[in-house]
Amino acid sequence: MIREHQLNKIILSIFLIIPLWAFVTDEPFTITLMTRATVFALAAVGLNIALGLGGLVSLGHAVFFGIGGYSMGILACHAQTYTPLMEWPMLVSGSKSMPLIWINAVIMSALAALLIGILSLRTSGVYFIMITLAFGQMFFFFSISWSAYGGEDGLSIYIRNEFPGLNTLVPIQYYALCLALLCTVLWINSRLINSPFGLALNAARQVPERVETVGLNPMRLKLAAFIISGAVTGLAGALFADLNRFVSPTMFSWQTSGEIMVFVIIGGVGRLFGPVVGALMFVALEHWLGGLSDFWHIYLGILLLGIVLFGRGGLIGMICGEARQHE
Amino acid sequence: MNDIVLATKGLTKRFGALTASENITLDLRAGEIHAIIGPNGAGKSTLIAQVCGSLKPDSGTVHFLGRDVTQKTTRSRVQAGLARSFQISALSMEDSVLQNALLGALGASRNPWRFFKPALEDPTLVEQAEHALERVGLSGHATQRTSELSHGQRRQLEVAIALTLYPKAFIMDEPMAGLGSEGSVQMTDFLDTLRKEAPILLVEHDMDAVFALADRISVLVYGKVIATGTVEEIRTNPHVRDAYLGEEA
Repeated sequence: MIREHQLNKIILSIFLIIPLWAFVTDEPFTITLMTRATVFALAAVGLNIALGLGGLVSLGHAVFFGIGGYSMGILACHAQTYTPLMEWPMLVSGSKSMPLIWINAVIMSALAALLIGILSLRTSGVYFIMITLAFGQMFFFFSISWSAYGGEDGLSIYIRNEFPGLNTLVPIQYYALCLALLCTVLWINSRLINSPFGLALNAARQVPERVETVGLNPMRLKLAAFIISGAVTGLAGALFADLNRFVSPTMFSWQTSGEIMVFVIIGGVGRLFGPVVGALMFVALEHWLGGLSDFWHIYLGILLLGIVLFGRGGLIGMICGEARQHE
Repeated sequence: MNDIVLATKGLTKRFGALTASENITLDLRAGEIHAIIGPNGAGKSTLIAQVCGSLKPDSGTVHFLGRDVTQKTTRSRVQAGLARSFQISALSMEDSVLQNALLGALGASRNPWRFFKPALEDPTLVEQAEHALERVGLSGHATQRTSELSHGQRRQLEVAIALTLYPKAFIMDEPMAGLGSEGSVQMTDFLDTLRKEAPILLVEHDMDAVFALADRISVLVYGKVIATGTVEEIRTNPHVRDAYLGEEA
């Protein structure tokens, strides 16, 4: 059996080698697929902070993915039509700048996570799942009826947003940007796991009463995890919208929440690279099996069933065995 | 009377028709070990839960360090200096022994909002945690997974976590359970020295330990304190013999 950190390096090299090979052989579609996997991975890394570390089974992460997407959509749509976003109390115009859009996406989804978290964390177990799902549906139907931004049809952005010094329309350059963000977030996540906060959160998931009896508030720890989690998924949403140059209410749908959770479960809940493996696997299956049959989700379902029944640690757990806290 | 650290007055708790605590009045004084004994189902755990704040009494009060804490949460009682060890271990089983002790040290620092630097690289936390493990005799197990510990060792770790808090009073729920005779003797010796740091409210089934350690004993039967007194008084009390010690003493 190989050690987890070795496997992580192998996974990371896949994310370097395939796009490079695709770049050399001039296969831009493969690069786009890899970008899709990277962005999905980022969304799932976000969920994994809540799910894996905090034990919060959120079936509403599409909210943050969608908010990220609409952050991009709304800002870029105002920029491309030269209409101000708002005139009162101060003039705010749209923007085509990616860093600005990302910051906006992160702040907005963090705020949403704060509100949803405060209300949902009063419950646990199946009620928590249901209440997060309900929030997801609220945002979904709201986006459908919000005709100013395309309603059901969504919003198309003609030109991908700009990042200083890069031509984001070149697939490999946009891919590099997404990968850099994913790696940064993974690095932050790895620090987070071992930090005092991570230690306390980990205990809050397993034995909340213990955390209480050392004088800490398990609820607040979980809320903080939920906010960080939502912010990361929101960032992924902005990247996803920019990849497609399109946002629609689908990003808010419960299927999106479900897919993000599937990435985490396939790869391994609570494993640093679990969501990354899961997203890569999903995109690969979607591409290959999707080419064979429109009903490829059946095979995905079988895979998921197998993993849940026989490999509790997901693909990473099957390869590396049980998680070790001490490396 | 200002050496009273912890006091309950008229504590009553009912669960439907069952009265789990009936008018319980007792106190814990500086420097002493006050043991609570009683048959299974006497309401010892219910009493502990009310003292620690995880259960609110129907009536009566809990005073800690002269302040009424009856309506305070577990958390604020802990922050005021009340440390508890659990009867059924409440430990992060997936984590190492040291990490569990670190959680205590982290709680004592009151600042879990550090997101970046690894907890295991924080010298203050680690030192505090290792010191506590050393005192209960778990130094050699620091890197072991907590789920691999024996029942007795889990008890020791429970006590170690309480130690990291440097509390003003300990509430210990059966710290000897599962320790075996040798471990029991060691723990008895340790608690004997610990009472100088902070008084201990001790719930324990091991009568040898209780008689060796306790300054005072309260006997709880069907939710009522039927007697409180020194070891000698309790041993010779006819009601206690009837209700509890009967065959044993």
